[in-house]
Amino acid sequence: MKPGEVAIVGAAESDRLGVIPDMSDLQLNIDASIRALKDAGLTAGDIDGVASTGAYPGEIAHTLGIRPRWVDTTSVGGCSYFLHLRHAAAAIVSGMATTVLISHGQSGRSGVGSSPFSFSASGPLGQFEAPYGVAGFATMFTVPVLRFMKEKGISHEQLASVAVAQRKWAALNPRAFKREPITVDDVLESKMIAYPFHILECCLVTDGGGAIVVTSTERAADLGARPVYILGSGESSEHTIVSQMSDFTSSRAFRDAGAMAFAEAGLTPSDIDHLMVYDAFAHVPLYGLEDLGFVGPGESGAFVAEGHTSPGGRLPMNTNGGGLSYTHTGMYGMFALQESIRQVRGEAAAQVPGVEVGFVHGVGGMFSNAGSFIFANRRP
Amino acid sequence: MSKPLPRPTPETQRFWDGAAAGELWIQRCVTTGRYFFYPRDYSPFVTGGAVEWVKASGNATLYSYNIVHRPAPGFEDRAPYALAVVELEEGPRMMTNIVGIENTPENLILDMALRVTFEQRDGMALPVFEPAVAA
Repeated sequence: MKPGEVAIVGAAESDRLGVIPDMSDLQLNIDASIRALKDAGLTAGDIDGVASTGAYPGEIAHTLGIRPRWVDTTSVGGCSYFLHLRHAAAAIVSGMATTVLISHGQSGRSGVGSSPFSFSASGPLGQFEAPYGVAGFATMFTVPVLRFMKEKGISHEQLASVAVAQRKWAALNPRAFKREPITVDDVLESKMIAYPFHILECCLVTDGGGAIVVTSTERAADLGARPVYILGSGESSEHTIVSQMSDFTSSRAFRDAGAMAFAEAGLTPSDIDHLMVYDAFAHVPLYGLEDLGFVGPGESGAFVAEGHTSPGGRLPMNTNGGGLSYTHTGMYGMFALQESIRQVRGEAAAQVPGVEVGFVHGVGGMFSNAGSFIFANRRP
Repeated sequence: MSKPLPRPTPETQRFWDGAAAGELWIQRCVTTGRYFFYPRDYSPFVTGGAVEWVKASGNATLYSYNIVHRPAPGFEDRAPYALAVVELEEGPRMMTNIVGIENTPENLILDMALRVTFEQRDGMALPVFEPAVAA
């Protein structure tokens, strides 16, 4: 794809976020989708492609009355929507679809109409990790960090500072789930979940949805929308179970997806005004900063602790408050995309002045899969 | 609730049979001689390449870990316990538990030498690791 061929013309989250016990997974999808279509000035009849995880593309199409000629059910964890958007862009360029709806809805907290995480006792996780006492994502995603901290010289205080920095952004965002300011001491004194991770270094568990409408730049011009142009994108996949991640100090999937996006856009980290890195746990943005090339190896902890990603810093990151403070339904990637789009459009709650080019990076599984995008408010 | 048991598949059966006999069996690529984990029918290094089973030395070092404070169902009696990833002398890494030592950050030092042992569970045996030198 050439930079700027495809544009996002609609983006919205569900009306409510947080605790929504009166809406199912599917209705959160539908709420977000209708709002994204309205944002684009379109109706279901204008959509000919639908993407979401698992069974949802079919259910969304059926519920909204869409007649898709292109469907993507890619399910690679929290960054699935990144891959949907990338595949949709390719489909639009190739002519397989004209205008695609990408939707997420998850009753992660209330569990209404959702399926719990499950796995087979005969699969890799069931045979080679679960018997040792794996207790959900907080115990799998966190396993690499002590090796990362040792090799990169990153301290517990620096890890905690990720949560502190993002809470500063959340304090500026009325929709954020957690907004009270916190200190490094607050983080280190909070309840231990999986050493070295305290509860304030772990993502929230919430309900919510989000959706995106994407089409060709040519068609976007006819819509009178405020397009966000896709300059570059990347995706990658590495291991399945976390114990088989090839290097605990650096994610190959992150490096590959990020490098692809930069190469396609013809840009480097110094061209980026605003950054989102999916933060399921506090270490993930540190890996992201290093593996995407925004800082050198071992520099991420000091970079965040010194405030460079905080409000007023030179690389504003996770400006909605992130999965740690804004919202985390389970597959948070859609919300990272939404905030990147808002910042590039200039309409975020904690808007960074002068954002023209944004980078957004998602993770799926435990560093298993990754997706990256570079968005801009102007066509190159 | 009882602790989960692995359900072996044809390509992993030799590993679990070995564990039941108190031995750690892993695989290597016949072409390159490189070891890998977890068990499979073909080499990850050579497309379609043959693999062979080898009895591992049982020596390993501690690569990384966390300490679980909110235990999985069936593990309430153990919490807090470490989910550890060890690096076998042959190269591959595997998840395991560390036994024979209290699972604290002070005791669990990265790169410490470990030695395989086996935990019996409902007729199966799981490879776990203990400090190679008594603490």
